[in-house]
Amino acid sequence: MLRKLLSVGVVTAAFAGGTALPASADTLANIIDRGKIVVGVKADYAPWGMRDADGNLVGMEHDMIADFARRLGESAGTPIAVEKIVVVASNRMQFLEQGQIDMFIATMSNKPDRREVVGIVQPDYYSSGVAVLAHKDSGIDGWASLEGMTICGIQGAWYNKDHGLKNGAEVVAFKGVPEVEQALLDGRCVGWIYDDSAFIPRKVNEPEKWMDYEIATPTVDDVPWGAAVRLEDVDQPIGKALSAAIIDWHESGLLIELEAKWGIPPTQWLVDMREKCLADDPICNDVYDEGE
Amino acid sequence: MEPVWEWFRWLYDAHGIKLTIFFDEWDRGRFLNGIWTTIHLSFVAILLSIAVGIVGAWLQMSYLVWVRRIVEGYIQFFRNTPPLIQLYFFYFAVDSALSDSFGITGGVMGSYGWAVVSLSFFAGAFNVEIFRAGVEAVPRSTIEAADSLGYTRLQVYRYVTLPLAFRVCLPALNNNLINLVKTTTVAYAIAVPETLYISNQIWSDEYNVFEMMNVVWVVYIVLVGCLVWFMYRWEASIRIPGYGQ
Repeated sequence: MLRKLLSVGVVTAAFAGGTALPASADTLANIIDRGKIVVGVKADYAPWGMRDADGNLVGMEHDMIADFARRLGESAGTPIAVEKIVVVASNRMQFLEQGQIDMFIATMSNKPDRREVVGIVQPDYYSSGVAVLAHKDSGIDGWASLEGMTICGIQGAWYNKDHGLKNGAEVVAFKGVPEVEQALLDGRCVGWIYDDSAFIPRKVNEPEKWMDYEIATPTVDDVPWGAAVRLEDVDQPIGKALSAAIIDWHESGLLIELEAKWGIPPTQWLVDMREKCLADDPICNDVYDEGE
Repeated sequence: MEPVWEWFRWLYDAHGIKLTIFFDEWDRGRFLNGIWTTIHLSFVAILLSIAVGIVGAWLQMSYLVWVRRIVEGYIQFFRNTPPLIQLYFFYFAVDSALSDSFGITGGVMGSYGWAVVSLSFFAGAFNVEIFRAGVEAVPRSTIEAADSLGYTRLQVYRYVTLPLAFRVCLPALNNNLINLVKTTTVAYAIAVPETLYISNQIWSDEYNVFEMMNVVWVVYIVLVGCLVWFMYRWEASIRIPGYGQ
């Protein structure tokens, strides 16, 4: 029995090794050879990645990917097509590790434990943080105005205390997002403290439902978003090419333009990053430094 | 009290046991509020559920078949559905429907109000059956004797049946009320700031899950222990020598 289990293990390991093989070759050379890049994209996170009325995949990240493919094509002297594979948060890193995609730009926060699994290229391209979505008649305008307000939250979120209770708000916390939405729309609370990038898709996708609600505080505690290639590719030509593209997107102001194009409220983070990139701040190079 | 709080701060510094509910004034305040909420939520729900039980058991003996059917329907509805689902149902479905039909914004009642309603009806359904068992244990001849003394039906129930039935069903009632106190923890799903809800917030903020789990455990042992002690005392004080025991 043990021997049988062991042999199954060996076969599985061989398969895993086999599928991981393409990763060891020069990914960029492969992409140019076959004339197309396979990219993981989101379709469930408007307006970064979504489907339009005709079912086409569109969004801010899709525009970034198109621009990246154009750059690759120009430097290689041959057009590079884009093949999009729709990913979700729970499988994007696995798809990349297993070689189903060459890279992804898929609304992923740049976190230390993720940097051990995939190659998150530097610099980051966007950032989201904590904000309050409030009813327009609530009188909430800025963090200080939360004093005495009843706002909804998600149980266990660290910012309920730091940004809600400490600002004098009464935080009513529920188990999940649907319960919070229901409570907010029922008027049991006047605002909702949560990730600001979750509010924008709601405003974009269901404008009538959220007509009376606006983001009423500045965004705080930003966590940046990173694009990723395979871990071993991060210092290879593909990783460096993606880094160079992101640096240029910051410097040229393309990201700020795309943000406006897709109706995303302007993020101070992008403005600051543009300034830092233009000033050659080390945060805007292609290397991850501790504490960035 | 300051030396006590400082001792817990020392415990954290020296041994890493992070009981912020003692040395952090903010956490201490909200934790005590949480326990207090659990206590008065339990107290109100216990009283209301006993009232529901007494009235329900009385109505179950009604001559009117529809009254008996309605009581039976109530028992089936509340006994056969989980308390968490009842709570969600009241808070999100019933309240929305009522608000819409009366044109109220912000809900008819807050989460605390719906927790009281839901828990009282939940435990009340069991109490009806518990009291019925007690009522049915009262000998027929005793009721006939009261009847022949000119008591009305309500008077027989009030002065003869219920006092005897109460003594028979107290052990079963204890069980149910203990369960009720423990079931108040489900109210955290609709954001009633009771012990578990507050503890959950504290361990999310302070990353002291292990310590808070132990604290919650001790709090419920003590709370339920107090209730059990009180119920035993009550059982002993109303004991009729030679009856039941």
